[in-house]
Amino acid sequence: MTLKTAIIGSGNIGCDILCKVLAHPNLDCTLVAGRSLHSSGLAFARDRGVATTADGIDGLFARINEFDLVFDATSAADHEAHAPRLIESGKAIINLTPASLGALCVPSLNGVELTEASNINMITCGGQASIPLAAAIARANPGVRYIEVVSSISAESAGPATRRNLSNYITTTENALSHFTGCKDVKAILNINPAKPNVFMQTAVSALIETVDLAATRREVERAVTQVQSAVPGYQVIVDLHYTEGRLFTMVRVEGAGDFLDPSAGNLDIITATATHMAALMARGRVTERAA
Amino acid sequence: MSIAIHDPTLRDGNHAVSHTLSLEDIAAYCRAVDGCGLSVVEVGHGNGLGASSLQLGLARYKDSEMLETARANLTHSRLGIHMIPGFARLSDIDTALQIGVDVLRIASHCTEASLTESYIEHARSKGAYVQGVLMMTHMASPETLLEEALKQQGYGANALVLMDSAGHFDPDSTREKIGLLVRELAIPVGFHGHNNLGLAVANSLAAAQAGATIIDGCMRGFGAGAGNTQLEVLCAVLDRYKFETGVKVFDLCRAVESLEDFVPVRTPTVVKTANLISGLYGVCSGFEKHVARAAAEFRVEPRKIYEELARCNAVAGQEDLIISVASRLSQPVVA
Repeated sequence: MTLKTAIIGSGNIGCDILCKVLAHPNLDCTLVAGRSLHSSGLAFARDRGVATTADGIDGLFARINEFDLVFDATSAADHEAHAPRLIESGKAIINLTPASLGALCVPSLNGVELTEASNINMITCGGQASIPLAAAIARANPGVRYIEVVSSISAESAGPATRRNLSNYITTTENALSHFTGCKDVKAILNINPAKPNVFMQTAVSALIETVDLAATRREVERAVTQVQSAVPGYQVIVDLHYTEGRLFTMVRVEGAGDFLDPSAGNLDIITATATHMAALMARGRVTERAA
Repeated sequence: MSIAIHDPTLRDGNHAVSHTLSLEDIAAYCRAVDGCGLSVVEVGHGNGLGASSLQLGLARYKDSEMLETARANLTHSRLGIHMIPGFARLSDIDTALQIGVDVLRIASHCTEASLTESYIEHARSKGAYVQGVLMMTHMASPETLLEEALKQQGYGANALVLMDSAGHFDPDSTREKIGLLVRELAIPVGFHGHNNLGLAVANSLAAAQAGATIIDGCMRGFGAGAGNTQLEVLCAVLDRYKFETGVKVFDLCRAVESLEDFVPVRTPTVVKTANLISGLYGVCSGFEKHVARAAAEFRVEPRKIYEELARCNAVAGQEDLIISVASRLSQPVVA
């Protein structure tokens, strides 16, 4: 049994998650909804044998009985506009925009608790890359007083919605950082780098702590990295944890699978692969339900 | 030709002191220069609103404290801020406008103007006066800069400022880039120089001759890296070339002399070898202190870090890259 899904949004995120869903044994994609007949994203979906509509959310509702879960890969403003209709439809929603709606989800931290949830918020790419590390640091050190996460992504991988949503990105990432670490004073920064060849997604995590338990922090961070790697194999530490003048610092690089954009665009994978992982967890629950 | 002098001493200068300018410094500076004819006095963290961070340097005071202090001490000059989407949020615009900021500069790397769209639109929808800013403009051709500038004009920017953030320009490239924008844009064009090659005043003069009508200068050249265009010298030179800046140069000189405790007055800004190297490589001026710290921590020659940062085309705000570059260069090479 597979869980039938639809994707709304035919940009970089929409196309990349389509690849992940089609490759997953327990997931299928029955529809990709975009807003332009000439969208290269819709052509990409059609080339893969997936039905498409250029009528956006209305096109999606016209075929609402053909799927059980919707991935929203539009923009924060679009998601806010059509979320009420989606919620009312009773379909499970996985929100990949930085709109602050739905249950905040980092699969390695609370994925199992959310398999029954109907509306899931995948936060942001920087959130998925940084929060597992920040939470590991906070678990090992009760006295963390400030956490800061800085992600850099290539300009090519930042589509129009990402560019318009920078402010939402910051707000949502910061809310989620506080939620998962318990630390109130947090900051998120996103750099969009136009250098060629494309820079790989990198995320730096800093924490201010008076006294640090380095051994425990290392153990927690290593465990967190391994967990993320199960969904995103190209997630790797490039600057080892070090502590100077009260500041704990580490940095990861995210290499993507190269499904839609080249592997430097790990920012797509870190959110699409984790979202697919969540959908698969949800599929397991829902499919068992039906069998029973 | 009339030129508006924009003074970011209390913003770009904050880079030079790791964002520690005191509220007393801000108040005293604003009072001293307020009657001198400067169009705008810009205040804040070196990277602008919302930028206080470990990545870029923690500011000593909140943005709102710095802006309120400046607001209370400026009557004639307008109060300005700088902001970079990605560090700043839309709500920072609202805070600045509530405090009474008159001029909002909304900046992006020179090829990424679309990042400023939602911010410029938001500020304009509140009736604010907005200058679009392109940074690190030595990294793009005149034609690319024009395309990006047209985007910011389209979002509603009231003026467009090119920043030579790395101090890499010379008068020829300044004339070429500013000249094209002046010819093609419908809004005023500005220039913000850095002095890594000792050319900031010459470049600013070239910009004015090419039609720029907003020129930036900082008191005693106080600013990131080698510092900015020296304000009092700039105004005197523009006077000699018959540009009308509205600045009373001798009043400005008196203001400089009156601020004997102000950092750049006490300690002159000079072009250090690190700044010269950074300017030659075209690396962002704001990186200076971060490179020095990483060089010491990882025992790597600063020049090698600058060379590598230039090779990776590091853009402003990527201070995290400095640590990863220094860390990589410090590893023994394995054959």
